[in-house]
Amino acid sequence: MTDTAMAYSHGDPRLRSMAGAVAHSGPAPKRIVTGYGFWIFILSDMVMFSAFFAAYAVLLGQTAGGPSGRELFDLHNVAIETGFLLASSFACGLATIAADTRNANWFQLAMAVTCVLGLGFLAIEGNEFASLVMRGAGPTRSAFLSAFFTLVGCHGLHVSAGILWLLTMMAQVAAKGFRADIRRRILCFALFWHALDIIWIAVFTVVYLLGSAV
Amino acid sequence: MSNGHDDGIDLAPGDEHVEGGTGERILGYLTGLGLAILLTATSFFVAGTNLVWEPSIPVALVVLAIAQMGVHLVFFLHITTGADNTNNVLALAFGVLIVFLVIGGSLWIMANLNHNMMPMDQFMQMQR
Repeated sequence: MTDTAMAYSHGDPRLRSMAGAVAHSGPAPKRIVTGYGFWIFILSDMVMFSAFFAAYAVLLGQTAGGPSGRELFDLHNVAIETGFLLASSFACGLATIAADTRNANWFQLAMAVTCVLGLGFLAIEGNEFASLVMRGAGPTRSAFLSAFFTLVGCHGLHVSAGILWLLTMMAQVAAKGFRADIRRRILCFALFWHALDIIWIAVFTVVYLLGSAV
Repeated sequence: MSNGHDDGIDLAPGDEHVEGGTGERILGYLTGLGLAILLTATSFFVAGTNLVWEPSIPVALVVLAIAQMGVHLVFFLHITTGADNTNNVLALAFGVLIVFLVIGGSLWIMANLNHNMMPMDQFMQMQR
């Protein structure tokens, strides 16, 4: 029952049953509106990523005589990256539970673990990019590599932004506690972080596993 | 267990419809983690092995990836088929439609263009 319906139905059983029947007509709680709006943003972000994926798939063979994915990609590293991001997504889920039970210590611990695993992911990715550029396989080498750096780099930028947001949430919870507005932000952050992991599934499958098969 | 909702008329995306306690919620995340690890490991195994008929590998990888996305959506984002999730699922369905149109359409059009394009040496001859 929405808050408005509760307020109207208070004390009068006849009104209460009426409020139950028309419960949909009241305004939705702010948490649902905020979460839903952010969900729409995440879906639009995925549409943007789909354009990059389409570009990568189309340009996969256009190596301009340069190195192809099979020669460049180190699947061992990619497996470790995948593990880091998956574990950080799990830790983020634990942070959500801690926030719902208003347990500040567990929240901070789980967020710290999420942060460390995310930074580990970024470190491996940065290393990979640096070594590619060093070997003369930078984004300017071929259309294939341009598409690769755009797609994977864009995901990396999202993860970096997510880590800044994560640190902000840790500070806000420490300073302001689990206020309703802070908890809405935690909800949105968790959505964002889990969505990044979903995009990474597509990245490691399409870019690395399928890309090194060609 | 309060997630800011009482009777479950609607649920914010990411919020969980909870009946059990914290232990059960953690168990849900652990289930998701286990399934995700299983599917990821299978993907990497299939990509690197000779045991699977080779032309089937891309299809297998795509199927495994979509399955893992489903696992993440259900266990981590709590997007379910429940009545309290209708809005979230409809938004997701629209997003998926656009994603398939963009990727499928691009691949289709570009494959067609490549197929119909005159080989480069013939094109050069015509220029003379």
